[in-house]
Amino acid sequence: MTRYLVRRAALLVGTLFLASIVLFVLLRLLPGDPANALLSVGATPDQVAAARHQIGTDRPLPAQFGHWLSQLATLHFGTSFVSSLPVGPEIVSRLAVTVPLTLAAFVLAVVVAVPVGFVAAHRSHTWYGGLVGVVSQLGIAVPAFWLGLLLVWLFALRLRVLPAGGFPPAGWSAFGDALTALVLPVVTVAVVMAASLIRYVRSATLDVLGSDHIRTARALGSSFVGAMWRHGVRNAAVPVVSVLGIELATTFLGAVVIESVFALPGLGSLLVRGIAQHDYPVIQGVLFVSTFAVLVVGFLADVAQRLIDPRLRGAVARR
Amino acid sequence: MRRRAFLVTGIVLVAVVLAVALLSLFWTPFPAADTTGGRLEGPGAHHLLGTDKLGRDLLTRLMIGARIAVAVGAGAVALGALLGGAAGLLAAFANRWLDDSLAALLDILIAFPTLLLAMLVVAARGASLASAIVAIGLAMSAIVARLTRVLAKRVLAMDYVTAARTSGVSWPRIVWAHVLPNIWPTLAVNLALQFGLAVLAEASLSYLGLGPPPPNASWGRLLQEAQSTVLTAPVGAIAPGVLLVVLVVGVNLLADGLRDVADPTRRRHR
Repeated sequence: MTRYLVRRAALLVGTLFLASIVLFVLLRLLPGDPANALLSVGATPDQVAAARHQIGTDRPLPAQFGHWLSQLATLHFGTSFVSSLPVGPEIVSRLAVTVPLTLAAFVLAVVVAVPVGFVAAHRSHTWYGGLVGVVSQLGIAVPAFWLGLLLVWLFALRLRVLPAGGFPPAGWSAFGDALTALVLPVVTVAVVMAASLIRYVRSATLDVLGSDHIRTARALGSSFVGAMWRHGVRNAAVPVVSVLGIELATTFLGAVVIESVFALPGLGSLLVRGIAQHDYPVIQGVLFVSTFAVLVVGFLADVAQRLIDPRLRGAVARR
Repeated sequence: MRRRAFLVTGIVLVAVVLAVALLSLFWTPFPAADTTGGRLEGPGAHHLLGTDKLGRDLLTRLMIGARIAVAVGAGAVALGALLGGAAGLLAAFANRWLDDSLAALLDILIAFPTLLLAMLVVAARGASLASAIVAIGLAMSAIVARLTRVLAKRVLAMDYVTAARTSGVSWPRIVWAHVLPNIWPTLAVNLALQFGLAVLAEASLSYLGLGPPPPNASWGRLLQEAQSTVLTAPVGAIAPGVLLVVLVVGVNLLADGLRDVADPTRRRHR
């Protein structure tokens, strides 16, 4: 297991390095000079050259990349073209919204999806088993931002029980307000996430319920609960955990859209603003942090899978 | 039997949206830029579904939205299938080193979710219908490439392919005669699912204001515009979402149904 951890961690670092190259190259290969963001229409060639020098795009690409990497290594993300503020602290302050939003939605989705998915599989021939199938089929087709919009309409505008959007300027020091501001966004993300999660839990449970070892355990006199607990849960958990990793990453990034619906000052709205203003340091910084988060989640999911299923521990990569 | 009902439902739902999209090319209740209606009228005889805050007919805009959704879905799937299919086949046929590097690259690209990659492309190219198609198609091609690679490798490991190779059959011929016929059913099902995801991604892009610019009335843009007036004109905030769900559910049911047709071994289950 230690050997696996070391190799998987090395893979994580390598992938992160590769990803930062891909990110850098993608942003630079795409047409349009980042320096344009600094300039007004009709700038003179001298002004263009000065702007390029200021942000460093006049230097050769490897030098630019090296500079960016050395900044990253010391956790500096450069300064925003538009606000002239350092990007790093901005990202950190926005993570204080996005991370709680993602984690709360994730926990809520798991708490709902696991029992519902299990029941849907265990009682797949009843009407409510079928209903779960239909609802989750609908759930994966509903765009999260539309669900958010409908929830705002119902709970904020019609019933007036929750705020329609925004986040207290004081942040988490206004704890109660911050909490209520996150209720609708969390529910929105959780519902969409639970819909797809239920399908995975259901099919993993169906596989286990139909397996020979559960039938044998039952034939030997175990109760249903006992057989499931000792022989079922672990087996069903393996595929679900790998999906959980992907789902968590998707949720983190799905927050981009949801934050716009609810006007939350999170990482996603920072990215949208950065793109609208061609603020390259902001775009690069946000994308790097999100990629890092996604890769770490993948790492944790892989490790968790191996903790649950010893048979997987031999192989490093899933081929 | 119940499966067949799902397939038929899927075909009907997709056909309806497709028909509306085609119809919008020849006829809409009002011209696209017509702003003669009253502001935020409710549904009525003149404007069947009412108007938006600029006095534009909602039904007209919904029909144009269907056209955009189908165009982006089809365009992105075509691009994703071509690029992804080619890259996947290349990786499957390549030597160990090239295959490993391509596989690693694909894993990284897939770690960027479709929407982020699409936003990146839009950031550089500017928002337009073509940008949306290219952005979503590119993001999709990584997923298609990974699937194609795995499926193709499975076929290439078969004895009859080894036999064909040793008897000197060229590899374009192997792709055409052995690989494609074996992998297309699974690939087609996946592409159908990707179509639905592409439609959702376009809606999200448009909602964020990064989709095709006005006068393109994408469903995502309609929803974004209707958000501020949801209390006075709820139809505008509900109808585009319903259509999105209809199209995506239709495509998903179609994909599920196709999977059962393409793979008889699955029919016994459920």
